[in-house]
Amino acid sequence: MKPADFLAILPFLILMGTAIVGLLAIAFHRRHGLTFGLALAGTLLSLASIGVAGNVAPRQVTPLFLIDGYALFYSGLILATTAAVILLSYGYLARRRERQDEYYLLLLFATLGAMALVASNHFASFFIGLETLSISLLGLIAYPRDRTRPVEAGIKYLILAGVSSAILLFGMALIYARVGTLSFGRMVALLRAVGGTTPDIYWLTGLAMIAAGIGFKLSLVPFHLWAPDVYEGAPAPVTGFIAVVSKGAMFALLLRYYLASDAYAFPSALMMINVIAIASILAGNLLALLQSNIKRILAYSSIAHLGYLLVALLAGGAVAIEAVTYYLVAYFVMTLGAFAIVTVLSESGAEADLDALEDYRSLLWRNPWLGGLLTAMLLALAGIPLTVGFMAKFYAVEAGIGARMWPAVFTLVVGSVIGLFYYLRIIVVMAAPALTSTRPRHGALAWAAYPALAILTIALIWLGIYPAPLIALIRLTAFHVG
Amino acid sequence: MLLLWIFLVLLIGGPVAWLAAARSPNASRWIALFVLTVDLALVLTLWAQHHGALDLTGHGAWIADLDLPWMPTLGIRFHLGLDGLSLLLILLTLVLGIMAVAASWSEITERVGFFHLNLLWTIAGTVGVFLALDLFLFFFFWELMLFPMYFLIAVWGHERRVYAAIKFFLFTQGSGLLMFVAILALYFIHYRQTGALTFDYFALSHTRLDPSIEMWLMLGFFVAFAVKLPAVPLHTWLPDAHTEAPTAGSVILAGVLLKTGAYGMLRFAIPLFPTASYDFAPVAMTLGIVGILYGAVLAFAQHDMKRLVAYTSVSHLGFVLLGIYAWNALALQGAVVQMLAHGLSTGALFILVGALQERLHTRDLRQMGGLWTRVPRLAAIGLFLAIASLGLPGLGNFVGEFLILLGTFTRHPAFAAAATVGLVTAVIYALALVQRAFHGEPRAGLRVVPDFSARHMTIMAVMLAALVWLGFNPQPVFDTARSGLDNVQRIASVTRPLRALTR
Repeated sequence: MKPADFLAILPFLILMGTAIVGLLAIAFHRRHGLTFGLALAGTLLSLASIGVAGNVAPRQVTPLFLIDGYALFYSGLILATTAAVILLSYGYLARRRERQDEYYLLLLFATLGAMALVASNHFASFFIGLETLSISLLGLIAYPRDRTRPVEAGIKYLILAGVSSAILLFGMALIYARVGTLSFGRMVALLRAVGGTTPDIYWLTGLAMIAAGIGFKLSLVPFHLWAPDVYEGAPAPVTGFIAVVSKGAMFALLLRYYLASDAYAFPSALMMINVIAIASILAGNLLALLQSNIKRILAYSSIAHLGYLLVALLAGGAVAIEAVTYYLVAYFVMTLGAFAIVTVLSESGAEADLDALEDYRSLLWRNPWLGGLLTAMLLALAGIPLTVGFMAKFYAVEAGIGARMWPAVFTLVVGSVIGLFYYLRIIVVMAAPALTSTRPRHGALAWAAYPALAILTIALIWLGIYPAPLIALIRLTAFHVG
Repeated sequence: MLLLWIFLVLLIGGPVAWLAAARSPNASRWIALFVLTVDLALVLTLWAQHHGALDLTGHGAWIADLDLPWMPTLGIRFHLGLDGLSLLLILLTLVLGIMAVAASWSEITERVGFFHLNLLWTIAGTVGVFLALDLFLFFFFWELMLFPMYFLIAVWGHERRVYAAIKFFLFTQGSGLLMFVAILALYFIHYRQTGALTFDYFALSHTRLDPSIEMWLMLGFFVAFAVKLPAVPLHTWLPDAHTEAPTAGSVILAGVLLKTGAYGMLRFAIPLFPTASYDFAPVAMTLGIVGILYGAVLAFAQHDMKRLVAYTSVSHLGFVLLGIYAWNALALQGAVVQMLAHGLSTGALFILVGALQERLHTRDLRQMGGLWTRVPRLAAIGLFLAIASLGLPGLGNFVGEFLILLGTFTRHPAFAAAATVGLVTAVIYALALVQRAFHGEPRAGLRVVPDFSARHMTIMAVMLAALVWLGFNPQPVFDTARSGLDNVQRIASVTRPLRALTR
């Protein structure tokens, strides 16, 4: 490796270094504030070092990682999100019994795994990133280990993640057997060299198995069954992290894989995605109607949103990059925003999170700011103007129509009308007059929550009203995908 | 820049009124009133300059125009334009907005600040809809006016407010998305033809379309507008939303939001898709006539006074739909006058019903009767409004309905004849309303209630004066509307010979 290679992976190195320093620090001196500060500082430093890495991009570092504009854009997004999650977790953990320090380290490792995913253009690094992410997430989900729900969710995640990894590996092996390479970019060239353009059974089976593995991580229908239970069981900030970072990184990888391996040339690969997208939109939205727990509603809503993202992905080419990237940024902001409110409301230190719909009754009047923010986030998820969600929906529909995928577009339209219904249901409950005045008023929030909420709110409105700078940034960086 | 301020004043005024409520509820009311008055003054200033009309090269006469880049990479611009049609509708919007604030002065006592935020933002979205000349921007405003209205219904509404609010939102949002798909399809077709990404109204109006595609896209727009208008059979949200909304919500819904549907047809559906619209006109006119008669029959059958007024809207807006698709200058002018007159008369009726409910705590006509002796001022104004609503000559509604029927008759006598029946049915429901509420013996157990206050009398004086003015001297309205209607008429007259040749 040359010195420039180290510059290119500087964000990774800083994050890894922070995690190791954190491990050592805990061995000597356990203190919540210290670990929190270290994790936050490391994340922000790593975020700042993306500029340095950008100077040497694009650069292939070892055959495994490609540090290009695309990878750096998503790394930045992931790091910023992690910083927000760290800020939100402080108050949440401070009033709970568990030891807090390891939580932040697991979060850092999970972030590292997610960053590895977005920089990967090789099956080996794909798998390394995936496993780093999944195993850290397992620890995070079951972190409150003396409570039943998180442990149950953890076990569920562990088993299903294991199975899906096995399927994924099988798929990779099949493709390797066919073409003899693990690198995304060379796969199609080799396939054409050995067997022409007509795909054979190895290739297609491999593709389908990989799609199943990825579909599990993205909780796409029919691989979505874990999502509601894990969302409900995991601590609220971790749920937010799973919903955005884990899924977002995986989606970025899926897009890179589709672009690099020229999957758009294979109608069967597109057909599969199309069917999964339609199924996810319909099932996610319809099942969300039946829920009465806000985390479960958000779980199903996220299934639907991933379906919308697939519609954008199907467009292919630059349109897909722009649409998917914008949508993912929007999805990060609004989903994390919604979970941020759930997190700060659950700060009080009660055993379980505050996630039953009834807990939110008349929140708009009891706590206008938090209620208003959650309303704004939900309206964004529903795609209402003045919020980033509107632009995201615009992009998804635009990409779908540009690629003339009418069935998917109409499913998207029907899906968002159904979606509106359950988002409005939450808002209706929040706007309802209070039944009794005995409900506890929420105390002051931990200081750390304020900057996170402020940034999320500003992003929500700013990107909804004036998205031009973000679009320019996406074109400047994420378009350079190797 | 004045155009931008017309919109911004409302957008900024909303949060200000909200925050002011923490100090005192009255401050919030006064700020809302002030904001709307300032906005009205701005629009009147523009009207005064009307005669120096701006000529947008080849696009007819416009009073003011503002074109700023917004999302240049996607061809989205912040393009606002004001012509006579938009001007009249914005005037109506702001006048009704002021009346709505005044009418809610004593009705809304809880969460006053949030109420005025929503009211001002709904009005801001509506004004934006009347100004937007970029199709993306238009859709942006179209959606923007929905959720504040949703809150108005869901928070301050009556018994079944949640049901009504969600129904309203789902109907309008769902149909809006269909329009959005049509807008994007048009955008891509234009892109393939010219290589330019743009949502600009004028650019897109030059897109060449296959007849079948044009019909589908036109239907995408038409459904969205027909839900808003509302046209039977897409009207079912309306009686619920109007009945459950607070007075101000009903006034804005009936007076203004319904007009966005008609405006959208005039501004977008017909000019963008003239051939398909021409082919579709008989269907649209039939829907209009069905609306006129069906709305009238249902209005007559209601016991809930507010619901009765809501169904009269279905009937009146049926005339508008008929006028728009009758495809000639007279009927179009009639449709515009009808929109204004309906906004004023129905808005005033909703304020009256709201005042009655505030006094009697019921809207049920079966529990009223004999109110003339108890609240003579209110009852007299009620009679006046009922008569305006049935189309008595000398009042605005008559001018509108007469011109629509006249215009329709020149080309479609059968449609005109059918629609004329609507005038008779209107007499029945309007007089029945007066009879049941105000005449007869006072019902036993009816509480003694105060008559209209000076505040309400002022509101009503403005509305009645406007209706009389519109009835006796509609010429200024014709003149102002002409510049906006020219576009539609030009297309109408171009298309007709064209179709005759191809047939």
